[in-house]
Amino acid sequence: MSMIFEKRRARLLAMKAFRDHRVPTPPAVCPKCGESTPKKELSDCLFVCPKCGYHHPVGAYYRLSTLLDSGSFRELNPRITAADPMQFAGYREKVDSARRRTGLDEAAVTATGTIGSCRCVLGVLDSRFLMGSMSTAVGEKLTLAIEYAARKKLPLILFSASGGARMQEGILSLMQMAKTSAALTKLSDAGQLYISVLTDPTTGGVTASFASLGDLILAEPGALIGFAGPRVIEQTIGESLPEGFQRAEFLEEHGFIDAVVPRSQMRKTLHQLLALHGKEGTDWLNP
Amino acid sequence: MAEPITVAERVALARHPKRPNVRDYIDHLFPDFFEQKGDRLAGEDTAILGGVARFHGRPVTVIGTRKGKTLEENLRCRFGMPSPEGYRKALRLMTQAEKFHRPVITLIDTSGAYPGLEAEERGQGEAIARCLYLSARLTVPTIAIIIGEGNSGGALALAVANRVLMQENAVYAILSPEGFASILWKDSARSAEACECMGITAQELFARHIIDGVIPEPLGGAQADPLRAMVAVEQALARHLGELSPLSGKELAEQRFQKFRQLGASRKESL
Repeated sequence: MSMIFEKRRARLLAMKAFRDHRVPTPPAVCPKCGESTPKKELSDCLFVCPKCGYHHPVGAYYRLSTLLDSGSFRELNPRITAADPMQFAGYREKVDSARRRTGLDEAAVTATGTIGSCRCVLGVLDSRFLMGSMSTAVGEKLTLAIEYAARKKLPLILFSASGGARMQEGILSLMQMAKTSAALTKLSDAGQLYISVLTDPTTGGVTASFASLGDLILAEPGALIGFAGPRVIEQTIGESLPEGFQRAEFLEEHGFIDAVVPRSQMRKTLHQLLALHGKEGTDWLNP
Repeated sequence: MAEPITVAERVALARHPKRPNVRDYIDHLFPDFFEQKGDRLAGEDTAILGGVARFHGRPVTVIGTRKGKTLEENLRCRFGMPSPEGYRKALRLMTQAEKFHRPVITLIDTSGAYPGLEAEERGQGEAIARCLYLSARLTVPTIAIIIGEGNSGGALALAVANRVLMQENAVYAILSPEGFASILWKDSARSAEACECMGITAQELFARHIIDGVIPEPLGGAQADPLRAMVAVEQALARHLGELSPLSGKELAEQRFQKFRQLGASRKESL
């Protein structure tokens, strides 16, 4: 019986991941080195340019499919979708168009699953959906995932990719920073591990809340990470920014992240960290 | 009977150069204020002013964002835009408040955290995130009062409190109306239009249960009669502090947690 469910879950994730990275396709040439790579080869490299190591943005379901053990994916709260608290003109159309383009309902996907048999809770932001911005629905999904992890005594992994708060939802969007950060205090009190992984781009209210609060903070190579966006800073100081400013390697150098981890090593690294934090006899280590 | 004023006019009042600033409030409300400087890590940020004082006889920790009144003062405190050192000083002061069981009172007037090169290098985002995290779990009464502008994460960092109050003409927003118009419409000149649709006034935020109280201002705004404005703030502070005082530390943390937990938790308006 459970085999059937396992298979169905595996199929579901494969289907969602397929839909997810089919649109939009990565650009024909790498935006960093300008070389073109056949799609098949790029896909084999997890959408990292084999020539220059540029990490193409990938969708949330695809990302999960590169991390989780086959068949272990179970989505949490898929039906929480965007609200329009401000009745903001044009917002509804924007959300609808993002849904059509990405096949997602919101900018975050939350799930449970296992990584090398270690059970964990994951949340992944998707930058293709309105810049991965934090709406009330994104905040609520992440908070529910954090609370689920605290309740079930599971480690939590959040992948950020966001332009910050969702402007069209006004102050309620801002409040999601407080809500997610407060929920993380409960996870910490429950003694659970939280790993924050920063991917390109992680800025604004996401950087200034849960993304910066991991027990461990990892980042993908070259990811833009900061509070203020580069354009705003340039306007403020009236000069252009140095090469590599606000990139993952820059943050590593300044002491704000534990490690820069390439996509090809992410699953292995997360497994190692989960295993290192597992306590003998807890059920997530050997589910 | 007050004339109805537009939101853009309220924003102008909130930014009025003669509006009483954090220094004025501290001088009036906390006469024996002792300023504590420095984050004990890297530096001192004058955009955040903090210290210990008595309020109606009871020791409290006071933390505020500081805007200057003259250009010179404003240059010194970066027009009230804090750096990571400021937020880390706030963290230090909040940690001490917890240790000595002192209520924390924050006075907020900022257009946001400083978007500068050094601020980024030293982890502006991390500093704000830590403020949110710590203030969510304090077991002492906390009251945040927005006395001018409260914009973006730079304001929220000091506004995760048991009671969040706003003066009648203060504004509290995800971003300045100029920034909002610039992001959404690529045109910062449309800020008056942004004001109207952002829902940033004290009255609207109170009606939507984002804040817990509106403090009246004298006719024409706080700058018209600073003393009356400050007395109103003092009365509101005394009342809310009195209401929170009987709660245990655990109850205070839980009340604050639940207040923020339910924001945006409703799914009724789903698209």
